[in-house]
Amino acid sequence: MNWTSTFLTQQVNWLDAEISKPIGEYIGVTRHSPLHSVAVWQIEDKHWQQFAVTAKADNVRWVAGWAEHADRQFIVNAKFEKNGVYVVLRTVINVVKPELPTQATVYPAANRSERHSQDMFGIKFIGHPDNRRWTRHQAWDKHQYPLRKDFPAHGEPAEITPPDMHYDFIKGHGAGVYEIPVGPVHAGIIEPGHFRFLAVGELILNLEERLGYVHKGIEKIAEGRTPEGLARLAGRISGDTTVSHCWAACMAMEQAAEVTVPRRALFIRGILAERERIANHLGDMGAICNDVAFTFAQMQFTRLRELWLRTNATVFGHRLLMDVIIPAGVSRDVSEASCALLQQDIVWLRKELTSIMTAIDLNSSLEDRLYTAGYLSPEIAAAFGTVGYVGRASGQDFDVRRDATYPPYDQVNFKVALEDQGDIASRFWIRHKEIMASLKLIEQFIKLLPEGDITTEWLTPAIDNEGLGIVDGFRGEIISYVRFAADNKIARFYPRDPSILNWPALEKLVLNNIVPDFPVCNKSLNGSYSGNDL
Amino acid sequence: MLRLFKKILTTGIVTEKYTAPKDAELESLGIAIKRRIDKQFSGSIAIRQVDAGSCNGCELEIHALNNPFYDIERFGIHFVASPRHADVLLVTGPVSRHMQTALLRTYEATPNPKWVVAVGDCAVCGGEFGQSYASCGAVSNVIPVDVTISGCPPTPLALMKGLLGLLER
Repeated sequence: MNWTSTFLTQQVNWLDAEISKPIGEYIGVTRHSPLHSVAVWQIEDKHWQQFAVTAKADNVRWVAGWAEHADRQFIVNAKFEKNGVYVVLRTVINVVKPELPTQATVYPAANRSERHSQDMFGIKFIGHPDNRRWTRHQAWDKHQYPLRKDFPAHGEPAEITPPDMHYDFIKGHGAGVYEIPVGPVHAGIIEPGHFRFLAVGELILNLEERLGYVHKGIEKIAEGRTPEGLARLAGRISGDTTVSHCWAACMAMEQAAEVTVPRRALFIRGILAERERIANHLGDMGAICNDVAFTFAQMQFTRLRELWLRTNATVFGHRLLMDVIIPAGVSRDVSEASCALLQQDIVWLRKELTSIMTAIDLNSSLEDRLYTAGYLSPEIAAAFGTVGYVGRASGQDFDVRRDATYPPYDQVNFKVALEDQGDIASRFWIRHKEIMASLKLIEQFIKLLPEGDITTEWLTPAIDNEGLGIVDGFRGEIISYVRFAADNKIARFYPRDPSILNWPALEKLVLNNIVPDFPVCNKSLNGSYSGNDL
Repeated sequence: MLRLFKKILTTGIVTEKYTAPKDAELESLGIAIKRRIDKQFSGSIAIRQVDAGSCNGCELEIHALNNPFYDIERFGIHFVASPRHADVLLVTGPVSRHMQTALLRTYEATPNPKWVVAVGDCAVCGGEFGQSYASCGAVSNVIPVDVTISGCPPTPLALMKGLLGLLER
């Protein structure tokens, strides 16, 4: 029995102060949910916040929030999870007076998501602790809302979009407190975003992130696309997570279309996702070492990453594995020879890592910089609902592949790495553990690879059919929501990158570190700007 | 520490040399690039990379240029932290409207003579994102572009070829 049934029987007294009733009586539970895997609980808008309070008390995690414009109303969704069981909470509000009690006072993770809905739909979240604009800079007017259906995708942009001045950053007062503005254009080869530090001497007093610089209108331009077009777009939400985002979007569309993907294709998807995880972890581990000027490791890890990507190109035709996953299957099959090549890679990487990691482990100067720096406590990690290696290095024992398993992961055995040390060293070593686990996974996928087709016929989904893809990318849980319109066209697409949950944790873990340690703190978390800004 | 030195020694030099190449294409490219740079740029050009809205795919491959296989610095090409130190701007992504002014200012901050290389399909023609309320599309819609390097993302070899194209202008 999962948590949802006991949750519904909890006594609450939201409606009348005197009468206490089970929560289930206030909720329209959609028995035959259009989202096959996930229950949808329909609730009245006035109970929106109260539900969050009850859920929070029951240790339920806030997962995602998104809205949708349909005729004269907004459908607002919030997604929750506990013990790997997901629930979508849904309410409907009027377009004329779009107001909803905020959940951000209960769940800090909902903060930026609600501000995104505020900027994109014009929904006012009553009681929101911080209703400054978030996704909106100056590309559209305050009273324009890009995700409303009457807003044209081309918009009415000015010849030159002005810079986003006058954003109300938190100010520091007192002698010796000074501000350091960083970005949007950073010094390295990285994505743009703005960081505002308050510092005393070298010590960071406060950090405020200001993202949204790479907002490309992904949700808007997804509307009206074909499934193939959406898969391509999803593969470019965040270039380093192209496989997992594409998989999540395809999983959602396949659910909506009631298409059963051939087993062989699923196993190939598994190989792709784990190869992507390893490539990124190798890159990250090198970059973390580079940020503390330990070039030996940077060179070794970039060498391994390059060889790894070359095998990707040989076997799958693309170094980053873009567009290999397609709706209803995969576009490339793996031959016997390819499998042998993939297996060789596993043996080779294990050997290399053994010698590199022993050399690194005995290096005291590296330990000196990574241990205790950028500490994220398990409490804060839980409060923000952090996922992936960031959460797992701070004691958050959750992995979609194990806890809300999906094929092919339900066919194999693997261990999810977990640490509770919470510092940069922990986020470094957990990546190593995850690489080792992924190698075992790929080994099993190759061994169990079923015979058969790699793609099947696409079925046009009925109008209004929905789907929800949940997969574990290298950064952690990815959520992808899709609703179809008529004629096989997309009506609504919302991808939730794990970075959306992990970015706020960076503001906390840098506190009381020194400013020069910010790059390595940031790299140890490695949030996606593009995946966050959409 | 000894283990570290042992690993360095046993790894050896993997850089694909132009005297004893593993990759003939990289060799000929490297020689051509080096010749140009030595002749016209006194041995070095400085590149400032600007992500104007990319998905980060292009950045991953630009990063790869610095790995020991390509080691682009040996040809005299290096990446700098400020546009004020740069000869070349390597711009990726469709230019998001939120980055438009930042890109213009970066361009203005780069001293003349300067060149702009648009990297990746999005930077070249708008790619998967095109023009919208949030995106200006191609880099050439915002600043003048001298050379384009297509690909989604372009491979490190394609990037080297593109840079050579710039030098041969």
